[in-house]
Amino acid sequence: MTNTGNKDTRSGFGAGLYELGSRNPSVVALCADLTGSLKMEAFAEAFPQRFFQCGIAEANMMGVAAGMAVTGLIPFVGTFAEFATGRVYDQLRQSVCYSQTNVKIAASHAGVTLGEDGATHQTMEDLALARALPHMTVINPCDYNQTRLATIAAASWEGPVYLRFGRPSVPNFSPADGPFEIGKAWIIQPGEDVTILATGHLVWEALEAVRVLAQKGIRAELINIHTLKPLDEQAILASARKTGAVVTAEEHLLAGGLGELVSGLLARHYPVPMRMVAMGDGFGQSGTPRELMDNYGLNTAGIIEKVCELR
Amino acid sequence: MKDNMNKKIPYPVSDIIAQIRRDIIRMVTAAKSGHPGGSLSSADFMTVLFAEFLEQDPQQWKRNGKDMDMFFLSIGHVSPLFYSLLARMGYFPVQELASFRKFGSRLQGHPCVEYGLPGVHVASGSLGQGLSAASGAALSKRLAGDDHKVYVLMGDGESEEGQVWEAALFAAHHNAGNLTAITDWNRQQIDGPVNVIAGLGDLVAKWEAFGWMVLECDGHNLNAIRDAFRESLKPRSKPMMILMHTNMGQGVDFMTGSHAWHGKAPSAEQEALALSQLPETLGDY
Repeated sequence: MTNTGNKDTRSGFGAGLYELGSRNPSVVALCADLTGSLKMEAFAEAFPQRFFQCGIAEANMMGVAAGMAVTGLIPFVGTFAEFATGRVYDQLRQSVCYSQTNVKIAASHAGVTLGEDGATHQTMEDLALARALPHMTVINPCDYNQTRLATIAAASWEGPVYLRFGRPSVPNFSPADGPFEIGKAWIIQPGEDVTILATGHLVWEALEAVRVLAQKGIRAELINIHTLKPLDEQAILASARKTGAVVTAEEHLLAGGLGELVSGLLARHYPVPMRMVAMGDGFGQSGTPRELMDNYGLNTAGIIEKVCELR
Repeated sequence: MKDNMNKKIPYPVSDIIAQIRRDIIRMVTAAKSGHPGGSLSSADFMTVLFAEFLEQDPQQWKRNGKDMDMFFLSIGHVSPLFYSLLARMGYFPVQELASFRKFGSRLQGHPCVEYGLPGVHVASGSLGQGLSAASGAALSKRLAGDDHKVYVLMGDGESEEGQVWEAALFAAHHNAGNLTAITDWNRQQIDGPVNVIAGLGDLVAKWEAFGWMVLECDGHNLNAIRDAFRESLKPRSKPMMILMHTNMGQGVDFMTGSHAWHGKAPSAEQEALALSQLPETLGDY
């Protein structure tokens, strides 16, 4: 798995949305004054009739999308992850999920890798919020290619989808043509000694960790959990049975993230020693994405450290 | 009145309204909970809307609203009115009203889509969200070249929610001329009179300032209501708000005008007293 050149995941969303525009006339897009940040310009310029600028009014935008979805359209609603969850939670709950509307939430600039804007915009809680909602599907792709494929897949997936991606340019390494299937984990690297389950920007960090661990004689199995809900329980349990040790890695709080999700699964079915790479209880701060990932241990070294704790 | 497709209603609208008011009292009393006040205040104009203006075939109702008018209930707590109206118009069996708020019922405390109740496009109950959904549906209809109308019922107390004004800006900005919102301006909310809790000020001027066409109407005068809905059918580029001046609890003397009956069930004695003021016109469920 090699880096074919750094790209931002939000551009993967923009590319996928633009492709959907020509492919599926039911796809419409809504944005709350962040068209450029979300890379939605290509869609907006090519399909102006199907693009709806909503202004800085996210609660209304979620409701408008729900009303459009009722009529059979497939609305993609774009804003920052913080405003796509915390700000509009009740709208997501009642108008989108409880109303079973086919709305796709495109949540950009998630996590501390948003960087310099600081903690006001760096949601590290959004996956917990999104996955607690009944009927909501939750996807956190790892790179440009996977975000593009996830965007396209979300359009033909029935029901509300929370699609989380980010701002910074990061390695693009997953195959451009997939395979990508919602709810199906991607086994990147088979191994025997320990399972690493990674999501989002932490997948590349985990890949680097696997290389370092291999030099130490530790054969790690790396699985990309791009879909947190529905979780690929079979893939995770099969790997845990094989390796007997699991480390999770995510750009999210410990509370309600991938680690807690997996620990719940293992506790119910096959308890094994486990460690979690995630952020503790707290808010982020301004800095470069690299500085922040390193500061909170959301990096290759953090993953290696947790793996070694299990040895 | 426009040509009303597939509506074969054998009763005068006033009879339907009277029966709906009875249903509301009986449903809320039987459930020992629910919201009679706003249900009674909205009963007149809602029944006129459904019986004479809304282009929907109750038997052919589709959640996607294709080739028909759409109605969104934003104030989900007036579910007793909404359910009774839908049942009396033939969307589902009248007998089902007896299940209101009961375990396993399609008639949940607040309307939802989970159990496939005809007439409900989106869930409501948490206030402030219906105008947004209706705006989305209105723009969808325009995109699809479908010239049917979209209606939404809101409350005056509900208009304290910020999302209402986000939606007001949005619908006007996008020239949703196929959208008609109705506010049940009964001037009461749970804790007291609206002007005591969080006064709305000049509601007419507010909606006009947001770019809407605004009509005021006596919400208990059937002919005035008809005039207002006729006006809403004329071609326009702006969304329209019809402010219905009403009384909380209209039709039951001891409930009329009092916030105390926003969300309270009558006792058996109070039910009997209320029903003595409401003639049984179509037969109780």
